[in-house]
Amino acid sequence: MRESEQTAYYLARDIIRFLHVDVVLFLLLVVLISVGLVVLYSAGGESLALLSSQGVRLMIALTGMLVIAQIPSAVLRRWSPWLYAVGILLLLAVLVAGEMGKGAQRWLDLGVVRFQPSEMMKLVVPMMVAWYFADKPLPPRLVGIIVSAVLVLLPMFMIAKQPDLGTALLVGSAGIFAIFFAGISWRILIGMVASGVALAPVLWHFMHDYQRQRVLTLLNPESDPLGSGYHIIQSKIAIGSGGLFGKGWLNGTQSQLDFLPERSTDFIFAVFGEEFGLVGAVLLILLYTAIIFRGLHIAVYAQDTFSRILAGSLSLTFFVYLFVNTGMVIGMLPVVGVPLPLVSYGGTSLVTLMAAFGMLMSIHSHRRLLVH
Amino acid sequence: MARRQAIKNHGLEKAILRHRVIFAVVVVVLAMSAVLARLFHLQVVSHEHYITLSTNNRVRLEAIAPPRGMIYDRTGVLLADNQPSYILELTPAGVKDMDDTLARLGKVVELSELDLRRFKRALRRSSSFQPVPLLFNLSDEDLARFAVERHNFPGVEIEARLGRSYPLSGTMAHVIGYVSRIDDKELARVDKTNYRASTHIGKIGLERYYEDILHGKVGFQQVEVNAQGRRLRVLERQSPEAGKDLVLGLDASLQAVAEGAMEGRSGSVVAIDPRNGDILAMVSVPEYDPNLFVNGISSKEYSALRDDPEQPLFNRSLTGQYPPGSTIKPLMGLAGLDYQVTWAGKTMYAGPYYMLKNDERKYRDWKKTGHGTVDLDKAITQSCDVYFYDLAFKLGIDRMHEFLDAFGLGKRTGIDSTGEAPGLLPSRDWKRRTRHQPWYPGETLIAGIGQGYMLATPLQLAMSTGAIAMHGKVMKPRLVKGIRDSRTGEVKALPPEQVNQVDLDNDAYWKQVIQPMVHVMTQRNGTGWWRAGRGAEYTIAGKTGTAQVFGIKQDEEYDAESLRRKLRDHALFVGFAPVEDPRIAVAVIVEHAGHGGAEAAPVARKIMDYYLLQRLGINNKSAAKEGT
Repeated sequence: MRESEQTAYYLARDIIRFLHVDVVLFLLLVVLISVGLVVLYSAGGESLALLSSQGVRLMIALTGMLVIAQIPSAVLRRWSPWLYAVGILLLLAVLVAGEMGKGAQRWLDLGVVRFQPSEMMKLVVPMMVAWYFADKPLPPRLVGIIVSAVLVLLPMFMIAKQPDLGTALLVGSAGIFAIFFAGISWRILIGMVASGVALAPVLWHFMHDYQRQRVLTLLNPESDPLGSGYHIIQSKIAIGSGGLFGKGWLNGTQSQLDFLPERSTDFIFAVFGEEFGLVGAVLLILLYTAIIFRGLHIAVYAQDTFSRILAGSLSLTFFVYLFVNTGMVIGMLPVVGVPLPLVSYGGTSLVTLMAAFGMLMSIHSHRRLLVH
Repeated sequence: MARRQAIKNHGLEKAILRHRVIFAVVVVVLAMSAVLARLFHLQVVSHEHYITLSTNNRVRLEAIAPPRGMIYDRTGVLLADNQPSYILELTPAGVKDMDDTLARLGKVVELSELDLRRFKRALRRSSSFQPVPLLFNLSDEDLARFAVERHNFPGVEIEARLGRSYPLSGTMAHVIGYVSRIDDKELARVDKTNYRASTHIGKIGLERYYEDILHGKVGFQQVEVNAQGRRLRVLERQSPEAGKDLVLGLDASLQAVAEGAMEGRSGSVVAIDPRNGDILAMVSVPEYDPNLFVNGISSKEYSALRDDPEQPLFNRSLTGQYPPGSTIKPLMGLAGLDYQVTWAGKTMYAGPYYMLKNDERKYRDWKKTGHGTVDLDKAITQSCDVYFYDLAFKLGIDRMHEFLDAFGLGKRTGIDSTGEAPGLLPSRDWKRRTRHQPWYPGETLIAGIGQGYMLATPLQLAMSTGAIAMHGKVMKPRLVKGIRDSRTGEVKALPPEQVNQVDLDNDAYWKQVIQPMVHVMTQRNGTGWWRAGRGAEYTIAGKTGTAQVFGIKQDEEYDAESLRRKLRDHALFVGFAPVEDPRIAVAVIVEHAGHGGAEAAPVARKIMDYYLLQRLGINNKSAAKEGT
């Protein structure tokens, strides 16, 4: 009996090793995804069609994660500059196509699939920065910081020009986290942030009218009670009325009676807060935090510079998703189109996020265990 | 590599990373604590406040569709209008038994199979708290009958909306196009917020091309609703911004005259103001009623239109590509003069046919006896083919291509509408690219009389004729000449666009081709005199054409009589007037009608008479005075 238990244990361990899966991370993700589907069922008006289309996307994203987990981080590193070059070319193609189509353009239609190059840059930019610092003595010198800053800013501006400000900011923060983990000195980092704030008027100049409008209403929601101001008011009512234990699954009046807009996409956290209360929200945030910490743990135990920087940057980018989304739903931050990661309905960010977790798993599972 | 590695201090790097991760952990914990603190404030401290708000929450945000911009002709005649129409809507959450409700509704109002099928499809796509339209355009009787029975139908509502209507129905179908219900693909293309309340979108024609201008900006209102979701009152409102109106250069009365002149035939008429490119009339017959498409055409009606052998849905003016036939000859004459392969007064003997060296084939003239001694004037007046075979041979296809290209043939004109075809201006390069064959000299001769590969749309013919009238000023044809702000009534005029200026070596060449075109209409042996030129009160320059039709598609079946008709030549005519101060250029194509002078030219004459005499009041005397 004991022996067969032990055999089963070894078998499971071998399978996990073979699949290069990090069990802790994998289990946390599975729990999060399951919770997400439960909330989505309620938020989407109990629509099975919505649920199954999200299910299909999840399966694709999970498969992508497993495939990427098989690729050793050394290979990822070798690919980085090529992926970066391809990404820049694709962004250029999107801009040119957008110029000709005379309108906003984020997609590249490859006939079979439609592809969003800016989404891929969320992974490729931190990879590129990590590749750049991989063989240099750290902490980086000034020249290295300037070069890496250019590597981040170039795609960021191209994406902002599409125009897709939300993605541009996520790509930019992924790149800055990579530079941060490379060990940039605090003084320079603070200087960069300060000059970024000083550059805000320049960015403002590049924005389209609708983006400016959005920023303005985000700063002062009461000025637009019919637009995004209404979103905030309704989502605060939803969460606040949830109380300590919530109104129960499928019983959130705010969400079920159509008062809450975009409740299955960007504002799904409000549905969760209304139906599961503070207790549920705390548990959900703890679950997210556990995933972020597991990612940072992987960064600390990574064996080379490239892996360390990449793992750290990807984990913090996941944190930015979480913070910006929950912050906007509870009225702490302006309304930006950032989904609640792995829970909001919609496929584009799902695949990139799971690919990032695939990289983390690869970094962790391909370590050479030399010292015990 | 090894040297560089040596400089790297792995211990230091690991230490740095560890510090940075600790810092990151602190930041994450602080940020998440802030979120949790805020949640605690909302859900525990202010819970009472929010639960009150939530139970009293009867305020819903609704989008309001902006009224679509209207379309007017140049004189202010309304071509596309918004009419109030009543819609029967069902909110699934408020309906207890959907099948039963639908069955009972069917006894009160008239419901077709199609309505039900479309409703069920829409039902699957929408959420249960969103009203789904069942019937558009409720009749007054249906409205009255339902009003009486309304209390028996919880969840069923009447909505008043503005629906698109085209008061002139078929006359304008091919100019304006139509709007119809938005489909998923279109929804993916547009700004979803702005179309939140919109049910219709421009599908083709002006409605599609100017969709952004016509649509306007969505409005929002906060409404108080009762427990079933029925609206009680409006609390706050941000009005929608109406779409802008279009003002066309088109003259609706002239359009009606052109349509009348084409009655009972298939073909197209395009009339342009050559000075600025304004389309004055654009007719493609047969036509269809665009009102049929607005709220969804039944499949029976649609297949009747689609399978009609005369193809009423086909916009011949922009999409129809025809061999230009002899109407190309004035341009060929200009090319010959400009490249100096011929000159005014130069004569040649034109027999019944033309032959090339080393070629057995006889390139025949339409006149079996030949024209005898001809110069350029006589060759255009009588439409002598042999003269133009010779001219084309001397020019060669490369120079022909270059010259005709400058007048806008073989490429889209860029008119502000949808579905425009490019026509075809053959060249060596084109033939190598598409047929993988060299260019044969015989094909140059055929192209010289507008046959063979060459194809042009009626719009291109009108545009190039206008360019001859204006001595080389090629104007981009346009339908819309101004955008009108529906609130202030202010019209912003759009500037006309010149696409090219053809400069000839000698300005006299223009006259040397235009004068023979006048002779076409005024000399007794001119091809357009008898049926169209006689008795005109102003000077017309014109050219008739007859385009051969090469066979029919094999899989098409026709009875003998219609087969004979389908094999008959297309009749063509291009012309402009008054010659001294051109105000209108016209291209006419009558399909399978036979001779251009007999069938197409009279249509153009009717249009010119109406426009110049009735609308502008121009006749010989005033033209002579005004002509500068």
